Amino acid sequence: MNYTVGVDLGSTTTKAVVLNDHGAVMGRGITNSRSNYEVACTVAMNEALINTRFSLLRAELVSAGLSDAELDHWIRALERLFRAEQYRSQLVVLTRELHRFARRMLIGGAALKTAVTSITTKMADEVPELYAEGTTRKSDFFRDLAGSRYMKLAETEAGEQRLGFDQVVGLFDKSILDVENSAEAGGRFEDHMAAAVAAAGAADGALGQAVARIAALELVQVGSVGTGYGRQRLPFPEAQIKSEILCHGLGAHAMFPRTRTVLDIGGQDTKAIQIDEQGIVTSFQMNDRCAAGCGRYLGYIADEMSLGLHELGPLACQSTSPVRINSTCTVFAGAELRERLSLGEKREDILAGLHRAIILRAMSLIARSGGISNEFTFTGGVAKNPAAVNALRELLAENYGDLDINISDDSIYTGALGAALFAMRDASRLGAVPAVH
Amino acid sequence: MSKDASQVRQKDMIARHFDRLAAAPDTGEKTAYTFVPGNLTELLLSFDLLPVLPEINALQSAMRGKTAEYIALAEKLGHSEDVCTYVKSDIGMMKSGNIGPTGQRLPEPDVLLLSYTGCFTFLKWFELLREEYHCPMAMLHVPYQPDGRITPAMRDYVVKQLKDEVIPTLERVSGRKYDEDKLKAHLTLAAQAEDDLVWVLQSAKHRPSPIDAYFGAVYYVGPIFSAFRGTEAAVEYYRTLRSEIEERIREGKGPVTPDGDMEQERFRVVVEGPPNWTSFRQFWKMFSDEGAVAVASTYTKVGGVYDQGFRHDPSRPLETLAEYCLGCYTNLGLPTRINLLAQYVKEYEADGFLINSVKSCNSFSAGQLHILREVERLSGKPGGFIESDLVDPRYFSAANIKNRLESYFQMLEQKRLGGAA
Repeated sequence: MNYTVGVDLGSTTTKAVVLNDHGAVMGRGITNSRSNYEVACTVAMNEALINTRFSLLRAELVSAGLSDAELDHWIRALERLFRAEQYRSQLVVLTRELHRFARRMLIGGAALKTAVTSITTKMADEVPELYAEGTTRKSDFFRDLAGSRYMKLAETEAGEQRLGFDQVVGLFDKSILDVENSAEAGGRFEDHMAAAVAAAGAADGALGQAVARIAALELVQVGSVGTGYGRQRLPFPEAQIKSEILCHGLGAHAMFPRTRTVLDIGGQDTKAIQIDEQGIVTSFQMNDRCAAGCGRYLGYIADEMSLGLHELGPLACQSTSPVRINSTCTVFAGAELRERLSLGEKREDILAGLHRAIILRAMSLIARSGGISNEFTFTGGVAKNPAAVNALRELLAENYGDLDINISDDSIYTGALGAALFAMRDASRLGAVPAVH
Repeated sequence: MSKDASQVRQKDMIARHFDRLAAAPDTGEKTAYTFVPGNLTELLLSFDLLPVLPEINALQSAMRGKTAEYIALAEKLGHSEDVCTYVKSDIGMMKSGNIGPTGQRLPEPDVLLLSYTGCFTFLKWFELLREEYHCPMAMLHVPYQPDGRITPAMRDYVVKQLKDEVIPTLERVSGRKYDEDKLKAHLTLAAQAEDDLVWVLQSAKHRPSPIDAYFGAVYYVGPIFSAFRGTEAAVEYYRTLRSEIEERIREGKGPVTPDGDMEQERFRVVVEGPPNWTSFRQFWKMFSDEGAVAVASTYTKVGGVYDQGFRHDPSRPLETLAEYCLGCYTNLGLPTRINLLAQYVKEYEADGFLINSVKSCNSFSAGQLHILREVERLSGKPGGFIESDLVDPRYFSAANIKNRLESYFQMLEQKRLGGAA
């Protein structure tokens, strides 16, 4: 199969979208690896290609005559088992790195080794439970899943081995970087898939044969475009690098063709973009000299509160009496947060205020870019945050009245989708895919 | 990059001028500090006063990488972060020994000639200098042009001040009587140089444009915006420059860039707002690397909007000085600025226009988003908005500005291809 791919290298996550030669989205991939742009790009693309093979498998099974219920059952089971295998693969690398760093410690080396062995053995034993049918996971990122379990187990192990908790946790902080910065840590599709099929007990049937065919299928990249803040570092030629403003505009247009105004809140910039009926950008405004009120602000607040980024929004949604916070300066907001907490304000009320402050800043950019023309689309990582979305809906209604507000479940992939569409147009001009209509 | 004859000539003019300034305490020549917009250079020269332009010193200090320490020093003296960075650079330079752009010490002013043309900070700036130098100050209050026209009453009001306030002060300071014939001679030379400057700026109507009317043109306007308007040297400079540009047109050359001649003109843009001076070359390259040429700019009109027809007229010496001051770009209301930008976009066949909004200049930056929308509406071309500062390096975020400019130029490209790219 020929495909084009768009990669959006953001400051928090890297996203990739794969299109088939008819422009249909076949796969999406995301990674939170950001220390090494090239690896992040490879990991995101690999993830998108894994997702693509699952899409192809689904199509293969549809043509094999499986019912919808059977299809959903098998695909879900295979994805779950596949991810479990992938987790194991990354856990092997993590274990190796933990031991490597433990050996370097001048104090407590033997006790650390024992603690690491015990923790990682338990983590490996927990994999079936973590990926059991019906289990929900708080994140798809290995760092979050493994980190959460490691912290829990480290509390007990540190006590038993008479080690400092920080010492045991410090090992994880070092080791996880090597897992994230390795394009190989996630393993190979065919290996994990073979294991998943075997675990599902379907290796010998039609399903096993379909999986084998899909695993053997050659995926040929005929075009690629990179975008995002790190786009200059992407391993792409200059001509294949596009501004994220254009990519977000085109991506939003592809998702919601009637969109005329797009708000994207990413890790370090907020963009208000006006587009025409073809998805061509006509005007835009970005945050200026300072990144106050962008996605990383929430990351900082999450760290201050010892919460995961994904936990902030749901907690803020529990607020009954949001506090008023004016500063979107990340550092001042941290100070305000601590002060409010010391005054006895509830965490959820403070968080609701912080979310509103971010959106207020975005509203100013929207106004500066030319206001809002219906329809309005919200994209970027922050669009997944329910508290930010609630604040946005309220402020849009107050300022612009009734609007059609589009937020896709895949909003985080908007830039990568736009990039993939640009790649497809380039490939189409070169005759590598059919002409774009 | 080899220097053109005009560049060598300008460098020589500046060197001679600063030599004279450095020697002034010994030679007894008197100096007047004054501002670029609404400068009365011919009048100062008619009294044999040497002009010193603090704004030019500040931007030169920025290009020499000195403003970070000057601004830090001014802030240490109590000037807040939000104060105009030209002012802080000037204060810092003054407190660091008043060493000018050529590395020579500048003389103290014998008079401060404050021509108020739209910038309220000018008043405060010279108040600070007066406190420091305890020298006389002449104030010329130039009425703002709210609706784009100069009335006889406005002109008469300025002429009256010239007669009653400015000229008597200059007579006292210089010890010379007002010599109208001498002033007329300088005004005649001014008009000659203005003709050639306008020709050079309008050469950007050619395709490819032989000049960059923003980054390149800040050098071109140097002599006429500073101490040389109304001199033979300026007339010679602009004659030489014009012949060089004529040659570029004959050879079909694009503008000079930091990396030599531009090979392919991809985008033609009009620019509003001053450039950033601390990262001037880097900022310029962000345009030239993309094949973007500024075909017109308003910044090159802050010292006089000559391309709209104004010339110094020696037959009406004081009236013409009044009209010059009234017509400076900084003294124009928003509707006039909007119309001028829209006119440039059309006449110079620009693909779009960009606004560089500077943080520390509230009087100039106020209303620029309104300008953006209105020029878009009038011209039908897309506007872009970037933000930096005059001479404070802390407010030049290269990655952010580059990101916006790249996005803007890609947007122009996409519009040109009608969505096919």
